[in-house]
Amino acid sequence: MSWTFVGIWLGALLSLSLYSFLYKDNPFYKFAEHLFVGMSAGYWVIYNIKNVLIPNWWNNLVPAEGGFQPIWLIPGTLALFMLLRIVPKLSSLSRMSLSLIVGTGAGLSLTAMLQTNALAQVNGTIIALGQGGDLLSWISNIIIVTGVVCGLVYFFFSKAHTGVVGGAANIGITILMVAFGASFGYTVMARISLLIGQTQFLLFEWLPTMGIHL
Amino acid sequence: MRLVIPLMITFVAGMIMILQFFVPATQSMGESLQEWYMIVASAAIFLGAINLLNVHIHKIRFKAKNWKYSPVTIAGFAVMIITGLFLGIEPGRPFDFMFTQMMVPMGATMFSLLAFFVASAAFRAFRANNWRATLLLVSAFVVMLGRVPIGAMIWSKIPGISEWIMQVPNLAGQRAVMIGAAMGMVATSLRMIFGIERSYLGGAD
Repeated sequence: MSWTFVGIWLGALLSLSLYSFLYKDNPFYKFAEHLFVGMSAGYWVIYNIKNVLIPNWWNNLVPAEGGFQPIWLIPGTLALFMLLRIVPKLSSLSRMSLSLIVGTGAGLSLTAMLQTNALAQVNGTIIALGQGGDLLSWISNIIIVTGVVCGLVYFFFSKAHTGVVGGAANIGITILMVAFGASFGYTVMARISLLIGQTQFLLFEWLPTMGIHL
Repeated sequence: MRLVIPLMITFVAGMIMILQFFVPATQSMGESLQEWYMIVASAAIFLGAINLLNVHIHKIRFKAKNWKYSPVTIAGFAVMIITGLFLGIEPGRPFDFMFTQMMVPMGATMFSLLAFFVASAAFRAFRANNWRATLLLVSAFVVMLGRVPIGAMIWSKIPGISEWIMQVPNLAGQRAVMIGAAMGMVATSLRMIFGIERSYLGGAD
């Protein structure tokens, strides 16, 4: 019995246990669910130690070329403060760590979001309407430009949605409805492709281990 | 003082991150701060793990509902930690075996289960009450149909229409949402950096 065989059986039994929830909540589902939660937590802790703490903290604190860099004790101490959240008497110290996370995160996301999600998207919307040449490109470009502008008008709540603003907001809602429908369809299909993948695994990898070939 | 120091840390850290974008001289400081950020934020994972163990130990101790499954969570956690720490995480090691043969199939199954729930929720919630709701329904249906072979079998142009919906109206809608969200994010970030928004410190004023 090879490890591949064991792996296929483990994966198949756990998958079937999880799928059993489609019938109703049952002990097999609960077992697999609890196991998944525990293993995931363990995985992320190890991932964090090996891929974040060791390269970013330990290797800077005690570099391979020798020496000791005391400055790196500060983030280590702040990380420790974060853990003190579970000690009621000392939990206020975790505010320092939280402040560093929030401040850095806010500063980082401010510039990053402004650059990638705002300016780059505005830049992408400033297009020549005739770009592409044919009639469909014209229509598509007009829909993109109008859709973005009207969608933004819909999100602008500082002015009542009446008159021209109301008309633009109405066009915005229409575009947003199509976009949400498309996103929904896309998400469902992504889940369906996972379902197909798992079904293929059960049919073409697991069943053959029992001598059943489809 | 209880709030002053945390607010000062937020302000200084936020300003360094903004400045490093515009002032090259502060770039190295910003890079170091990003590393500090990762180290401190990584402690949150440990906090989550400790909390998870705490919850399940509590459930076992007081024999709360479904407490019999709590040892499974603790055992799963312990096995991953022990194998990861002492036997390594390289391919072929027990940690990697459990990840690829157990966690990956379970994760894929969990997410594929959502296909059923989303379909069921859509069946209950989607009603073509007005023309906009109908538009949403039609758009979702065409996109789904365009991504499976049966779509092209019904009408060869369906995959093309599906692609057009994704590339044009969907792009316009998503862009509007992204730009709006970015503006909101910028405003919230500024509020945090300047200490106007303090709810992350526990809602204290």
